[in-house]
Amino acid sequence: MDAAAAKLIGAGLATIALAGVGVGIGNIFGSFVSGALRNPEAAPRVFGNVLLGFALTEAVALFALVIAFMILFVF
Amino acid sequence: MHSPMEQFEIKRLLDFRIGSFDASYTNSALWMTIAVILATFVFVIGMRQKALVPGRLQGVAELGYEFIAGMVRDNVGNAGKQYFPFILTLFVFILFCNVLGLVPYSFTPTSHIIVTFAMALVVFLGVTAIGFIKHGVHFVSFFVPKGVPFVLLLLLVPIEIISYFVRPFSLSIRLFANMLAGHTMLKVFGGFVVMLGIWAGWAPLAFIIAFTGLELLIAFLQAYVFAILTCLYLNDAIHMSH
Repeated sequence: MDAAAAKLIGAGLATIALAGVGVGIGNIFGSFVSGALRNPEAAPRVFGNVLLGFALTEAVALFALVIAFMILFVF
Repeated sequence: MHSPMEQFEIKRLLDFRIGSFDASYTNSALWMTIAVILATFVFVIGMRQKALVPGRLQGVAELGYEFIAGMVRDNVGNAGKQYFPFILTLFVFILFCNVLGLVPYSFTPTSHIIVTFAMALVVFLGVTAIGFIKHGVHFVSFFVPKGVPFVLLLLLVPIEIISYFVRPFSLSIRLFANMLAGHTMLKVFGGFVVMLGIWAGWAPLAFIIAFTGLELLIAFLQAYVFAILTCLYLNDAIHMSH
């Protein structure tokens, strides 16, 4: 296979990580909403943790982006 | 059309070399200087009046101070008090770099991995040194989880060691990749506006406006995450939670 074509396929494969991140972010906010509906008074207190979890999960997607960029531009 | 990566190009503004070492004043250094000057301005000018009922600028300064003070208190406890100035400085510097990067035609120093990696490495080395100073050689037992059978330890200790040494990388890549991805995305959609022209260009333009709001949130959130993870690492080193 051509090296350039393999690079493009590799960068595309690196985005599979987004599947897991989608599940993760959905899980975070889904759990937050269901928890907030059960106990609305506690909701504002955990929202900081929700944002922290969101940022940490989102970072995983960006690690995949970095890998895709590395495959495309570094090698 | 320009490439969306062009905004991250480092340009020399003042050429300055010591031997073969390139110490030029770049646009990255310029925006870091602006961030430091603005942060100093907010804190020094804001707190000059020392009013009991704070004005606007003093309110901002006190809000930032209280926010980080509360974070250090909650996550590290009283032992973290002496490291509070460092964490506040780190947070404010990253916050100003991130937010100033959203100004059109500006430059985001935190979108370069070497900048964030230098900060993360200082945090990592400092925290490790604090651990060894506080606990001596006993700090090595941080890598050995308690109450685990010996056979599992063979597996868990290498994992603990790897996850410890990966910290500076994950800390720096998180901040850098967030900034890189956000700014690239804004520029890519900016390209769509130009390509679609006056009839359909407003759709990506509306997206850009909404996304800039999200970017503002992320600029703050990443500074917060960097500071809170520094607190958590510090807490690990001081209290050796496991």
